[in-house]
Amino acid sequence: MAESTTVYDKNADAAEVSKKLRAARVKRENRQGLRKHLFLGIFALVMLYPLLWMLASSLKPENEIFGRLSIWPSEFIWSNYTEGWIRLQVSFTQFYSNSALVTILSVIGNLISCSFAAYAFARLTFSWSKFWFALMMMTLMIPYHVVLIPQYVMFLKLGWIDTYLPLVVPRFLASDAFFIFLMVQFFRQLPRELDEAASIDGCSPYKIYWAIIMPLSMPAMATAGIFSFIWVWEDFLAPLIYLNDIQNYTVPLALRLFVAEDSQSAYGQMFAMSILSLVPVLLFFVIFQKLIIKGIAMSGLK
Amino acid sequence: MSGLSLKGISKSYGSVEVIENLNLDVNSGEFLVLVGPSGCGKSTLLRMIAGLEEISDGTISIGDRIVNDLPASQRNLSMVFQSYALYPHMDVRKNLAFGLTNLKMPKSEINRRVQEASDILQIGELLNRKPRQLSGGQKQRVAIGRAIVREPELFLFDEPLSNLDAELRVQMRVELASLYNRLGTTMIYVTHDQVEAMTMATRIVVLRAGKIEQIGTPYELYNQPQNLFVAGFIGSPKINTLPATASSNEGGLQINITNIGKFSYVDLATTTPNISVCIRPESFKINQTAELNLDVEIILVEYLGSEIFLHVKIATGQTLMVQASGKSNYKLGEKISISANPQDCHYFDADGQRIQAKNA
Repeated sequence: MAESTTVYDKNADAAEVSKKLRAARVKRENRQGLRKHLFLGIFALVMLYPLLWMLASSLKPENEIFGRLSIWPSEFIWSNYTEGWIRLQVSFTQFYSNSALVTILSVIGNLISCSFAAYAFARLTFSWSKFWFALMMMTLMIPYHVVLIPQYVMFLKLGWIDTYLPLVVPRFLASDAFFIFLMVQFFRQLPRELDEAASIDGCSPYKIYWAIIMPLSMPAMATAGIFSFIWVWEDFLAPLIYLNDIQNYTVPLALRLFVAEDSQSAYGQMFAMSILSLVPVLLFFVIFQKLIIKGIAMSGLK
Repeated sequence: MSGLSLKGISKSYGSVEVIENLNLDVNSGEFLVLVGPSGCGKSTLLRMIAGLEEISDGTISIGDRIVNDLPASQRNLSMVFQSYALYPHMDVRKNLAFGLTNLKMPKSEINRRVQEASDILQIGELLNRKPRQLSGGQKQRVAIGRAIVREPELFLFDEPLSNLDAELRVQMRVELASLYNRLGTTMIYVTHDQVEAMTMATRIVVLRAGKIEQIGTPYELYNQPQNLFVAGFIGSPKINTLPATASSNEGGLQINITNIGKFSYVDLATTTPNISVCIRPESFKINQTAELNLDVEIILVEYLGSEIFLHVKIATGQTLMVQASGKSNYKLGEKISISANPQDCHYFDADGQRIQAKNA
């Protein structure tokens, strides 16, 4: 509906007109704000509903999870968390340790190796650099499932099956083209004069990378770190293929064990452990999101 | 303190040659300014001296060392960049000390040099600030400080004042000149601002399309430009150029400025028939007679306070620039006469080369 505009006489009292105009503006803004927030609230609820459902289910009695429409539990079963932690033949302490080890090493590997590769593509001059960059970008288009079997055969021949090596070692070899691309784009934004000034100040390319480029690239590093952490922590397929011994299982694999094919599944405990498995991801995101803001403020380049 | 020698320097990017067989000797302790229009190769030349750009041919010597294959850090020079290039994540103290730390210098010596540089440039109170907390002028001081602490044989400046506002530029120009007087180190300075070049240089190199057009003191370049390009490039407002023909007569040249008039000038050597007569705006006299007289109409008056620039139209339709005293009172559309003496004009042959005086 079109809003009517009041026309004031130009000889009217300026203070009075100004007051009325201000009041009208505040009213208009409040109305717009309410509409906007209502719209966003509905969408947020749709997005959050699966998470809320899982959280509620983690506190419900087993027979209520799929049997009752209400999201609110009739009683809160906190024991789903304590019992779920130790229900399997190996405790979740072990699974978390395994996941933490794989994820931390993978994040470190990704950040170091991808930033090295990105620095080379963004800053160093070498033969056929554009060709190699295009080749690397092409790997983004190959689905993981296509290389799954050749990779499995390779790691099998190397004797790495049922170890964390197939999950971690490739991360130290700049195998993730997405992160390299992300960092190349960021490095290219940094003024080249910084490298040149550092070069005159006695820095080798390696020192320029560590002393100048890396500290200024915290936003890119944090972004790559967050994505890397989330993807590795949540990865189900690669651990499923390469890990056999339950002692080596990561959290996503362990969660699958709650769904029993031949006995009663413990869905409440599975959802409880699923909720707990999200905690590290959320914590990591919250901590490093701050770093992104800090990084952007720190670079302050113009 | 060392001089610099460039012999047969060439630089090409693929098939494009940006600098061609350039030879230049810079004396020890000299303040040499490279000027020229955009794309003339002045920054490329400076970067080649710094070791940031490879040379295609020739040799660069600093002092008695050929430095072609030495990396930038081992050439014992410092460079101040147009964009300052301060490390944003380090405070001013670390910015100043970074190069010295890389040289593994003792901490006490680093502190002494940082202190000395900050005293010279009066940036003592800024030492703990990050670059983003500094104004443009302060950043420039820190950039210069970073160059000073290394106590290099050679300072290189790549348009260091071009990011500053007009007032700060004048102030920094004075500070740079006094810094040069104080340190006495060889300095090479790239700029496209001829005021910077004229006020600071002991010698100026005018470059065009990768070639040296003229090397000389600011006085020589202004008063004895060796070709039409230098005459036009040095001096603001630009020199006036009139097409003319020249013919020899007894003891001198008869000069006929196309569609304007003739005059004789005995001191000039013979030359090509087609020449250019160039007259600086301040060489014109208004409403006085001399050997060259023109009736003109004022089409624009630019008042600058101490002086006035008059844009005037001559009979051929060409526009000339005339400088008058700031106290004079000329009006748009006013008809005046202007005149110049032959000895105040510059003469260039058909190839744009200066026609030398007979006794030169």
